[in-house]
Amino acid sequence: MKIAENTFGSKYHVDEKGFYGRFGGAYIPEMLYPNVEELQRNYLAILRDPGFQEEFDQLLRDYVGRPSPLYFAKRLSEKYNAKIYLKREDLNHTGAHKVNNTIGQILLAKRLGKTRIIAETGAGQHGVATATVCALMGLECVVYMGSIDIKRQAPNVARMKMLGATVVPATSGSQTLKDACNEAIRDWINNPVNTHYILGTAAGPHPYPDMVTRFQSVISEEIKKQLLEKTGKANPDYVVACIGGGSNAAGAYYHFLDEPDVKLVAVEAGGKGVHSGHSAATTQLGKLGIIHASKTLLMQTEDGQITEPYSISAGLDYPGIGPLHAHLYETGRATFLNATDDEALQAAYELTRLEGIIPALESSHALAKLGQIALKPDDVVVVCLSGRGDKDMETYIRNLPGNTGGNV
Amino acid sequence: MSNRIDQLFAGKRKGVLNIYCTAGFPELNDTLPVMKALQQNGVDIIELGMPFSDPLADGPVIQDSSTRAISNGMSLKVLFEQLKNLRQEIHVPVLLMGYLNPVLLYGIENFCKKCAEVGVDGAILPDLPMDEYESEYKPVFEKYGLHLVFLVTPETSEERIRKIDSVSKGFIYAVSSSSTTGTDKNMGHQQAYFERLESLKLKNPVLIGFGIKDKATFDAATAHSNGGVIGTAFIRALEQATNLDSAIQQFIAGVK
Ligand SMILES: Cc1ncc(COP(=O)(O)O)c(C=O)c1O
Repeated sequence: MKIAENTFGSKYHVDEKGFYGRFGGAYIPEMLYPNVEELQRNYLAILRDPGFQEEFDQLLRDYVGRPSPLYFAKRLSEKYNAKIYLKREDLNHTGAHKVNNTIGQILLAKRLGKTRIIAETGAGQHGVATATVCALMGLECVVYMGSIDIKRQAPNVARMKMLGATVVPATSGSQTLKDACNEAIRDWINNPVNTHYILGTAAGPHPYPDMVTRFQSVISEEIKKQLLEKTGKANPDYVVACIGGGSNAAGAYYHFLDEPDVKLVAVEAGGKGVHSGHSAATTQLGKLGIIHASKTLLMQTEDGQITEPYSISAGLDYPGIGPLHAHLYETGRATFLNATDDEALQAAYELTRLEGIIPALESSHALAKLGQIALKPDDVVVVCLSGRGDKDMETYIRNLPGNTGGNV
Repeated sequence: MSNRIDQLFAGKRKGVLNIYCTAGFPELNDTLPVMKALQQNGVDIIELGMPFSDPLADGPVIQDSSTRAISNGMSLKVLFEQLKNLRQEIHVPVLLMGYLNPVLLYGIENFCKKCAEVGVDGAILPDLPMDEYESEYKPVFEKYGLHLVFLVTPETSEERIRKIDSVSKGFIYAVSSSSTTGTDKNMGHQQAYFERLESLKLKNPVLIGFGIKDKATFDAATAHSNGGVIGTAFIRALEQATNLDSAIQQFIAGVK
């Protein structure tokens, strides 16, 4: 695969200074300068190295199980009167798209001579994917996770521990993804030489948004090939994905960014409703700001304090979005919708009954908006099914229609 | 030479004591009383923290003081209101220290202008990249006579230290070890780094911060520099204080 082709000059790719339009950059304290600069200086050369690409491809194939299927969802298509395909990232080893990135970054960390890995996690999928590659490579692994998320994603905490990772609760602030990310960055400041930070989404300081996007771009590369085989046409009419920080969406969009006939749809977490005060719909509620060293759209008070987002889904519970997505929003290249908790739950129950697939709560947000896109019968729609729902079973069971709260 | 920071270093080259305190902490209106007590006890520079919800470079003690200050109602607007008559009572140099996001939202020019109005002499914005400062904001800071102080760490290369020295104004803030604030890495292990900094003969004075908590650590840090900055240890003293004035007097007496 060609994860490091030169894309400078494209309107939707990162520029030499790490910006997408006016978003991005590396707003880091001096303590992080050597670590981040080392990555900026080396990441493209490492990604371009044929030995690296060979190892990356081989692990994605034999260990992750790629290519992930592009599944024509017949009954879902009948329901929404269009041709709907699901990109089955849920079938990857560890159950989500996150592993595409952790495989890439662990290989990079090894080439940089790092011996200790840290990560943040929200839903626990990125934490599990990181703990997995650390076990695979025999590296020490510390995962930061908000205390609230530790409670609501217990199966993934157990998996990380079984894989040998140390899970450290982030007890500051809203005790969710943002705070886990703060703690990981603080750890990196305190361990600048031997540690690599495997950031799990297309956010953070340059080069993370671009690097993570390139590792995840295997998703759109495969979609193109698979669609061509199945339909005779490489480009769909729509690509739909959920957005927390934006890594599955960035990967699903990547090879379509410069193809204006492909409509990109991003679905944010509306929580209890965009204006309910309990939401994570960053493009609707955010203003230009800096979070985790990236200039992007950010939910904040009028005094510039970052506000606490809310979503039923731990993986979307983030007050910012990756800078690429802020740029896609501002330029109008992507359409941004949002799905409430209830809409996401209903979409999960629907997919389960129509197709026999239990999706992750995050992915359910993307599915929830199929009814809101004005689809024509011939439209080809690809939904990125970013993960499977095992980790969310407790939430799904608790919220099943008719369940009044007793045991199931 | 009108900037108070420059005036201070013109007269004093050794043992300069800079104390960090979070604005609006412990109580919202403690900002000025704390500054006055610091001045009375002979502190040379006051570094006022502008509290931020997500202070990436800070350990738990300063994080907690920021959270408390924000819930007390502190913001840049409130802070500049509190500092309106700063220079009627405070004569030592004052810097504002904080993260870029609230300042950006307030407006860089607006911020510099307000600092000049109330008599703030400098600022430390650890997450403002030096490149961006030079290409976008330097003329604004200079127009309002506000000195921007940059940081160096033990991992900063000599080439970059020289670059930082050419851009920084007032002094250079040398972080004693690669850490967030309040981590107890051993100051004794850092002597070689302090000596290396001294041997570079930088144009700016150098103040060392992170990990200073008493006379022994202050002396260790300032043997090869122009002075030191104390933050976490002072915030901890304020946290435990029943009477601010006597707690501050006692704390400073334990350092000097
Ligand atoms: C299954 C799944 N989908 C999506 C996300 C959201 O992340 P991103 O926006 O980076 O794709 C997560 C994050 O934990 C996830 O676990």
